[in-house]
Amino acid sequence: MKSKKANRTIGKVIIYVMLILLALIMLVPFVWMISASLKFNKDVFVIPFEWIPKAPRWQNYVDIWTKIPLAKFTLNTAKLTIIVTCLQLLTSSFAAYAFAKLEFKGRDLLFLAYVATIAVPWQVYMVPQFMFMRGLGLADTHLAIIILQAFSAFGVFLMRQFYEGIPDSLCEAARIDGMTEYGIYAKIMIPLSKPALSTLIIFTFVNTWNDFLGPLIYLTTESKKTLQIGLKMFISQYSAEYGLIMAASVLSLIPVFIVFISLQKYFVAGITTGAVKG
Amino acid sequence: MAAELTAMEKNMKRRARRRNLVAYSFIAPNFIGFAVFTLGPIVLALLMSFAEWDGSNAMKFVGLQNFVNIFKDDRFIASLKNTIVYSIFTVPITLAMALGLAILLNQKIKGRDFFRTVAFFPYVASLVAVAAVWNMLFTPAKGGIVNQILMNVFHAAPLKWAASSSTVMLTIIMFSVWKNMGYYMVIYLAGLQGISEDLYEAAALDGASSMQKFIHITIPQLRPTTFFVTIMLTINCFKVYDIVYMLAGGSNGVVNKSAMVLVFYIYEEAFRNWKLGQASASALVLFAIVLVVTIIQFRGEKNYAND
Repeated sequence: MKSKKANRTIGKVIIYVMLILLALIMLVPFVWMISASLKFNKDVFVIPFEWIPKAPRWQNYVDIWTKIPLAKFTLNTAKLTIIVTCLQLLTSSFAAYAFAKLEFKGRDLLFLAYVATIAVPWQVYMVPQFMFMRGLGLADTHLAIIILQAFSAFGVFLMRQFYEGIPDSLCEAARIDGMTEYGIYAKIMIPLSKPALSTLIIFTFVNTWNDFLGPLIYLTTESKKTLQIGLKMFISQYSAEYGLIMAASVLSLIPVFIVFISLQKYFVAGITTGAVKG
Repeated sequence: MAAELTAMEKNMKRRARRRNLVAYSFIAPNFIGFAVFTLGPIVLALLMSFAEWDGSNAMKFVGLQNFVNIFKDDRFIASLKNTIVYSIFTVPITLAMALGLAILLNQKIKGRDFFRTVAFFPYVASLVAVAAVWNMLFTPAKGGIVNQILMNVFHAAPLKWAASSSTVMLTIIMFSVWKNMGYYMVIYLAGLQGISEDLYEAAALDGASSMQKFIHITIPQLRPTTFFVTIMLTINCFKVYDIVYMLAGGSNGVVNKSAMVLVFYIYEEAFRNWKLGQASASALVLFAIVLVVTIIQFRGEKNYAND
């Protein structure tokens, strides 16, 4: 009995040691980032590394806004992210309702088209898509980026999987009460699908906020560029401005961090419906 | 009687049509965007891979010439090879790490939510920002923190990491595993939570050790999850682009042969050389590989389920 207890204690200790090691590996780059963002360039690579700078240089966080049009980049990205996330949520949940709860001609065929395209990476058709958009006069516009991200097959798929789990009898009862399909969607399905909606928000928000290749291909005018492109541009131009680069990086992480932390309790539940049942 | 029937039929037909219309109205906003901007370009990609086109002059049908050209191109062959090497290492390592993390973080321990969040955060963090840190941590200079650890803790020679053609892939793979394992961990966590406690209790009654439980219950029960994770990982590995751009791309995003990957090749052929036919042909090769891997996985999964 005693040895079993001792074994369990040893097991716990091993688990915690592994977890702390893991947390270190995952967190050290972020801590290093914050630490370096508060230093002079010449101090960033000084050994031994000073984790908490004695004289933090907050000036980096002031200078970065004038060194590059960071406010403009942030505004562009925020605008695109918010529009794309709203459009994605609306159109996906709307279409998913029909696929999950309504019967109509061509339903299975249409849904198959969606599922099949999930397996086609965007990189396979990005070139013709760009030529098409260019033909429409949409090259170098924000509208192109919005269109690019707003109608994903993934969103429809994720929402449909979730709706499938909501019993049909709920909709039937509402129909007998004389509620229209639009009413059922708005008053019954949407309030019930918070976990799935949250997952979709996180995914869309993170994907749009962090997207690199899309804006890289489409946006050429500097004032239209997004945060990621702008940040990369800055890093290429001033590769030795370590402190400023890290300050800009920290700033670019904050919005994602806030969205992630505030929605994370829904997140695991949402991924479950998207992944395992699919 | 007959008139009544047709009236009823008409009524039913009208109702069916109404029902269809309502359903289409739900689908239309998404489907129109999806059909025009996703389905259309996919079809166009197929057509373009058999044509010669520079984007301004008329398209010319050339049959399989684009495919012949790319397979003669050293840079394409290098990019194909690098993408395969990258995937062969990244898929199993990420999978193993994700599974390990999930098992660790499925235990009843203090601070579990904190550790889960920590493991997941790199996945949502912006790539440009975290890649910038990695480039500084893994700087080829001796002052880099990783080289310092190598020298002082392991008494090894400092490495050039992304700056040397022999270690650039290693650096990219390590970064990729670090950044993405948290995502697959969450999928595995979901899978683990779906395993019934009864199975473990029954095994415990039979006196099974934790190792036996792991091999005979956990692994087989997680099979659908592993199947899903492998497919997702493979697809994501084959479409890698931005990680390579951030870690190995020079100031204008040009990489040398040692780090060239398929999507890089597509991008260069299309937007630097304006050989849109060749770009589409290589995109089709990319798609074919993804498709074949997916089909093989499906087959394997089916055979297993039938046994």
